[in-house]
Amino acid sequence: MAGKTLYDKLWDAHRVYDNDDGSSLIYIDRHLVHEVTSPQAFEGLRLAGRTPWRRDSVLAVPDHNVPTTDRSQGIDDPVSREQVATLDRNCAEFTITEFMMNDLRQGIVHVVGPEQGATLPGMTVVCGDSHTSTHGAFGALAFGIGTSEVEHVLATQCLMQKKSRNMLVRVDGRLQPGVTAKDIILAIIGRIGTAGGTGHAIEFGGAAIRALSIEGRMTLCNMAIEAGARAGMVAVDDQTIDYVKGRPYAPTDAQWDQAVAAWRQLHSDADAVFDQVITLDAAQIAPQVTWGTSPEMVAGVDGYVPRPADLSDPVARDGLERALQYMGLEGGVAIQDIRIDKVFIGSCTNSRIEDLRAAAAVVQGRHVAANIKQALVVPGSGLVKQAAEREGLDRIFIAAGFEWREPGCSMCLAMNADRLEPGERCASTSNRNFEGRQGPGGRTHLVSPQMAAAAAIAGHFVDIRHWQGGH
Amino acid sequence: MQPFTTLSGLVAPLDRANVDTDAIIPKQFLKSTKRSGFGPNLFDEWRYLDVGEVGQDPATRRPNAGFVLNQSRYRGAQILLARDNFGCGSSREHAVWALVDAGFRCVIAPSFADIFFNNCFKNGALPIVLPTAVVDRLFSEVAQQPGYRLQVDLQSQQVTLPTGEHFSFDIDGFRKHCLLNGLDEIGLTLQHSAEIRGYEARRRNEAPWLFTASK
Repeated sequence: MAGKTLYDKLWDAHRVYDNDDGSSLIYIDRHLVHEVTSPQAFEGLRLAGRTPWRRDSVLAVPDHNVPTTDRSQGIDDPVSREQVATLDRNCAEFTITEFMMNDLRQGIVHVVGPEQGATLPGMTVVCGDSHTSTHGAFGALAFGIGTSEVEHVLATQCLMQKKSRNMLVRVDGRLQPGVTAKDIILAIIGRIGTAGGTGHAIEFGGAAIRALSIEGRMTLCNMAIEAGARAGMVAVDDQTIDYVKGRPYAPTDAQWDQAVAAWRQLHSDADAVFDQVITLDAAQIAPQVTWGTSPEMVAGVDGYVPRPADLSDPVARDGLERALQYMGLEGGVAIQDIRIDKVFIGSCTNSRIEDLRAAAAVVQGRHVAANIKQALVVPGSGLVKQAAEREGLDRIFIAAGFEWREPGCSMCLAMNADRLEPGERCASTSNRNFEGRQGPGGRTHLVSPQMAAAAAIAGHFVDIRHWQGGH
Repeated sequence: MQPFTTLSGLVAPLDRANVDTDAIIPKQFLKSTKRSGFGPNLFDEWRYLDVGEVGQDPATRRPNAGFVLNQSRYRGAQILLARDNFGCGSSREHAVWALVDAGFRCVIAPSFADIFFNNCFKNGALPIVLPTAVVDRLFSEVAQQPGYRLQVDLQSQQVTLPTGEHFSFDIDGFRKHCLLNGLDEIGLTLQHSAEIRGYEARRRNEAPWLFTASK
């Protein structure tokens, strides 16, 4: 019999019972909650007279609606204010731990969970947010759910799920200097498409993945959903264990040793069989820039925007024409000739301390170009912000002409006041370049933090591998 | 939940691939703390020429006459015909709530994104996967025949064309059972409380660190 994949092991460890049709009731160890997808779930509990099954498994934090400017006066937008207040009321009523807006530990839910050690290897982690795949970086089974499922997990600690198929994405070799986890995942999406992983759990493996830091692995797994997979994951190794050790929610003493022994098993067996295997050579990956309105519309920075005339499939050609029209681009334009208006460094994909360090190293001693109307740095959490300030990164960014903001989702999806105006073009370290994502009519190009920082200085995209700092 | 048994409905076509949930219901409308009222803002950025804000009176909006669902022939449609990877992106269940609130009970496409697909079943809506060639044919028939309707029968798992021809679709047994009967899934799971507690007792022993209280 073939061995088990990491996903098989995680799945089997969480099966409460199996149905005849191949679905199983799966136990959930950690439930992360934010203000946007939870109010209707709490309301559902109230209407049915139900209470949370295991309050200690839930951790809540407001992130989508919070302002990234001074918060001492609260939230200006009354609708956003009400949604955050609703989370506060629900957590108080149901006795759920919440890091409220002005708590130092507040931040983007997918930054906060790992930072607190609330995400541990071997866990099932869910949240009413598709980027829950981030937590798979720890060898956890983590996936996004809808609000009805949020209510289901609150009430029962479980979810009825059908097992996904196994996909291995193996990235061999070594990345070139300046190429990052963000470029790896964008290159993967460019290869397999935004539906390439549909119905699958993706395990990322290979030498280039092992060489990534835990934060890099979070960036990678974060965008598994943009490859169509609800869950992405990376096997546990020494780096994983070192990262978790000493965090507030991590086990200690004898339980720590017991946990580490169990976590050491969290890898695919050598003889495990995957339903699909995709391989990439890390050395061939250039810094990536999306040029369209879907993450699969991506090219190397040394590449060009494709021409509709080169496509034969009519649905694909229509899609390309629509995307180019929305983006205000012509087929055949060199990526490096695309000039930008705004820069956003932040989001659950790229707002951790290593991201900020990498961007700061690029902008240090330089200044944003004259055509840049706004350049934002939004740390992923209050603790990331504090750590960055201790290292002086805030001063580097401010001296370079960036705004240094309070933590939250911010301009990744523009539910707060941070957004693009119609027609504005943004180099963004976030995860979605959909129409209107960063504001109605806004045009998003997804890139790594280094690439966003360099684009801010140059005023257009540049190849970070060769760039000397000029315009 | 409203049961889904059979549906005979007018079909509206949305002929583009990778329709994401940001397009189905833009973020500004996610600030609502209710499950209803999203219908007027379904496909807001495509459907209207002005920028959508929370609390607008839909009667004051400027509709985009070029958007297919604004054509009068598709008014009252209950079946949405779509392309590959429908519902990709954000997990927002608001996308399904908006479709249902606007009158759609069924979406037919060659493929769906996983989370959207899953969310449909929680709201009495049926996502149906049919082969690309069949979907191509439906798009062309919808375009050529005003008033084009399809019959959907969940029990027999069939979509029937006006000609009487029919196509079968797959659905998991448990989902079908819940949809046909409009069942409350939480209530069903809670009937297995003893098994959940048994699992917890076993895990608490094997992996006690998973049960450390939050601080």
